[in-house]
Formats: sequence, C-alpha cells, structure tokens
Amino acid sequence: MPAAAERRAREVLLPAGVLLGALALWEIVWRLLDVPRFVVPLPSGILLETWAFRGHLLAHGWVTLYETLAGFALSVLVGTPLAVLIVYSPVLRSAIYPLLVVTQAVPKVAIAPVLLLLLGAGEVSKVVVAFLVAFFPIVVDTATGLAATPPELLDLSRSYRASAFKTFVKVRFPMALPFFFSGLKVAVTLSVIGAVVGEFVGSDRGLGYVIVSATSYWKSNLAFGAMLLLAVMAVGLFALVEAVERLVCPWYAFARDGAETRAEAR
Amino acid sequence: MIELQEVSKTFRSRQGDPVHALDGISLRVEPEEFVAIVGPSGCGKSTLLRLVGGLTRPSAGVVRVRGAEVREPFPDAGFVFQSAVLLPWRTVLDNVLFSIEMLGQPREAYRARAQALIELAGLRGFEGKYPWELSGGMQQRAAICRALVHDPSLLLMDEPFGALDAMTREEMSFELLRIWGERRKTILFVTHSIPEAILLSDRVVVMTPRPGRLARVLPIDLPRPRTVEMEFDERFRKASDEIRSLIFARRPEASGAGRR
Repeated sequence: MPAAAERRAREVLLPAGVLLGALALWEIVWRLLDVPRFVVPLPSGILLETWAFRGHLLAHGWVTLYETLAGFALSVLVGTPLAVLIVYSPVLRSAIYPLLVVTQAVPKVAIAPVLLLLLGAGEVSKVVVAFLVAFFPIVVDTATGLAATPPELLDLSRSYRASAFKTFVKVRFPMALPFFFSGLKVAVTLSVIGAVVGEFVGSDRGLGYVIVSATSYWKSNLAFGAMLLLAVMAVGLFALVEAVERLVCPWYAFARDGAETRAEAR
Repeated sequence: MIELQEVSKTFRSRQGDPVHALDGISLRVEPEEFVAIVGPSGCGKSTLLRLVGGLTRPSAGVVRVRGAEVREPFPDAGFVFQSAVLLPWRTVLDNVLFSIEMLGQPREAYRARAQALIELAGLRGFEGKYPWELSGGMQQRAAICRALVHDPSLLLMDEPFGALDAMTREEMSFELLRIWGERRKTILFVTHSIPEAILLSDRVVVMTPRPGRLARVLPIDLPRPRTVEMEFDERFRKASDEIRSLIFARRPEASGAGRR
C-alpha cells in the first residue's frame, strides 16, 4: 500500500477502533455493575432509542444545524473584515482589539439569557450566541496570517508600485489563507457549541432543547442520542471546512503532507 | 547609472534613540557595471540597496538613478532577496509573470520573454512546477527570472545566495555571471562573502559598521569570464586580504581572529 493511503487508513481506523472498544467496554462494565439505566444509559439502548426517535431528532437537528451555519456565516462575514481593519490600521487596532478581547472574556453562557431577553426566544438569539463564540478565532487567526506576510514580498509589491488593494488580493490574503482556514476550523466547532448554549437557555426547538427536556423527564437515552447527533454534526462540519481548505489552498496541504511523509521516512 | 551624494540614513530605534545606519555615502556606478557591497552585518548594506531602489528615503543627501532623483520605487529596477519568496500557489511561469501582473502590464505580451528567461536560467521543463517542488537553488533562479522579466536596467540583489549551501552558492554565482553575460544589467550585489564579491564584481564596495561608511571602493583586476581557478590567482588573494583588513581594522580585538 502506498504510504499516503496507509496513513489515511490509519487515521480513520485507529480512532474508530478505540471508539468501538470504549463503547464495548462501557456496555459490558455497565451490565456487570448493573448501573441504573436512567442515570447513564447503555450504548445499545442509546442506539435503539436514537433510531426509534430518528424523525424527531433529525427535525430538531436541522434547527440546530441551521442556527450553527447562520452563526458561522455571520462570524466569517464580520470576522474577516475586522481582521483586515486591525492589520491595516494601527489606530483601529488599538481602538478595537481590547474590546474584542473583552467580548471574549465575558462567558457566553452568561450573555445568552440577556440576548434571549433582547432578541426573543426564537432562532435569532441562538445565531447571535453562535456568532459571538465563533468570530473571535477567525479575527485572531486571519489577522495573524495577514501580519505574517514576508516583508520581502511587501517590498517587492511596493517596488512595482502596486496598489495596496492589488497587493492584498494577489499576495497578502492568499498568503494568509492557511491561517484563515485554521480560524474557520475552530470557529465552526465553536458555532455548534454556541447554538446549543443558546438553546439550553430557552427554546422549544433544536437539539439543545431536546437534551434539556429529555433529561428533565429522565429520558437519558434520548439525551445521549441528541448528543451523538451533535457530535456527528460538529465532526462533519469540521471535515467539510478541511475539505474546502484542501481545495482552495492545495499548496499548503501538499507541503504539509509532504513534510509528514518526509518525517516518517526518517 | 547610479549616483549617491553624501547619503545618510538615520532610523529611530524602538526606544526612540536615533540609529545611524549610513553616514555620508558617495558612490557612482556606471551602466552595466557589476558592483558588490561587502561588510559585516549591521553596516547598512541592505539599507543602501533599499535607498537605491526607492524603498526608503535618505535622511540626508541625494540618490539618483539615470540622472533622476529617486523618491519612490521605480519599475526600472528588479529586486532579488535572500529568500526567494515565490508565491506557493503559482507555478514557476506564473511566479515569473507576477512582476508583469503587479506592474499592470498584459501577461500575454511577456509570456515568450518569461519562457526565454526560464530557459536561460536553466529551468526548462520546470515552468509548470510549484515552488515546493524545487530545490533552494532552483527557487532562487526563478526569483532572478521574476526580477528580470520586465527588463529593468538595474538589478538590486540583497544576499541572494546567502541562504544556499556552499556548493549551490558557487554554482549560482557562475549562473548569475552567465545570465548577466546574456542580459547586460547594472547590478548592485550585497553579500557578506568576500570571495563571492571578488569573483562576481567589477568593483567591491567595502563598508564599516555603526555608522555605515564606505571604507574603500576596490576595483577587481581579474579578466572575464571569471572561472573557479581564479580563486587561486595572486590578485584574488591580494584583494581578499585587503578587504579583510579593511573590515577588521576597526575591530582591534577581532583582527587576529579574523585572519584565519
């Protein structure tokens, strides 16, 4: 098998094996110790319940996915220009950056009830919570990437008397893409958390709502089923962003894979 | 071609203290001349290059290129830096044509010229390769093509082979001379390698640090084309000794250690 394919297979098979092993262990130990099922359910029970309530879970999952994606999209649309402003204007940098840090210092769980009062119990408040958690890594990573342009490339662009806009489009932004994408990968998983936190605080739809209502009726199986779906959603979105990254900046993925192959050859 | 008159450059350090990078530099460089600038680190040789290219303005004095005072960067100069800084998402050909795009010229009009330069630089067959598929020396060849594609009359090179290993470095020196033979340019070549400076140039400008001053401008009396064997020539050794003593004369505690 070629080294790359072998590595890919190992990247999937090893964690999958560990997960299955852990689930099997969980099932066996729980049956042996006879732990009350309503406290922590059995993996088999969770799977059966998830299947039985698949329509219900998917309908609520769709709401959470929609809130997550809207919050994520908003964080990209707001976070990217903010990063550009911070890098290009020292005045704006000193004016905005400390405030951004303050927004991150306030726990989102604490802001969520206030947002609910302001924006109502509908989806908008969840989208805003998702946005608030997700935009910061995009700002920080994109700004870091834009600031990391090799000074020689900036000198070179200046030597052609190219405009700042042209330099941004042809050099600085593409050069910052790997940083931008690492921001997106963190942001997309945080968006899921943000949407669920919003739902916890007050809602009648979404997987966060399912978890809260199921646990209040001791329906642990259903609550775990909702968590399972959330995990699948977060992993799926992460993989999606990574796939787009490979498509948009193949040079980075190639260089990184190449480095890994070389490192393994040693 | 290039004329510097009593050029000085003072920076402000982070603490706000003035740092004299260059002090009272006067120099003339003739058209199609190859001039190397050597000196220890901190002698302002890169600053000198940036002044000639218009990337920074002098604090005092005048820089002229072709009789016109340099106030800003001008397209008649090509830059090569220590690192090749090619754009990783562009092929070799597209990296060479980067200059043309940034200058706002039509790419197609320069395609053939870019291709000819790539072949001249020994990169035939690598036009479609990406930078990370090339060795350091090949990347630097592509960077030289990028600096030449818009046909500037001035080539400004800031330690272009400084990041290469010794063998590639020597090979690249002769490559540069060969390319220079085909496309005559005025070259200002900053280096900290004394043998490299002597081997390549018509004249060597020796600088001393803090503040950066001209210690001497040394004509190199070696015939062209230059060859590897010339490193054993008596004239080469004498020039080398002279440059060494000029550089280390200002540092009494290091003068003994410097003559290895």
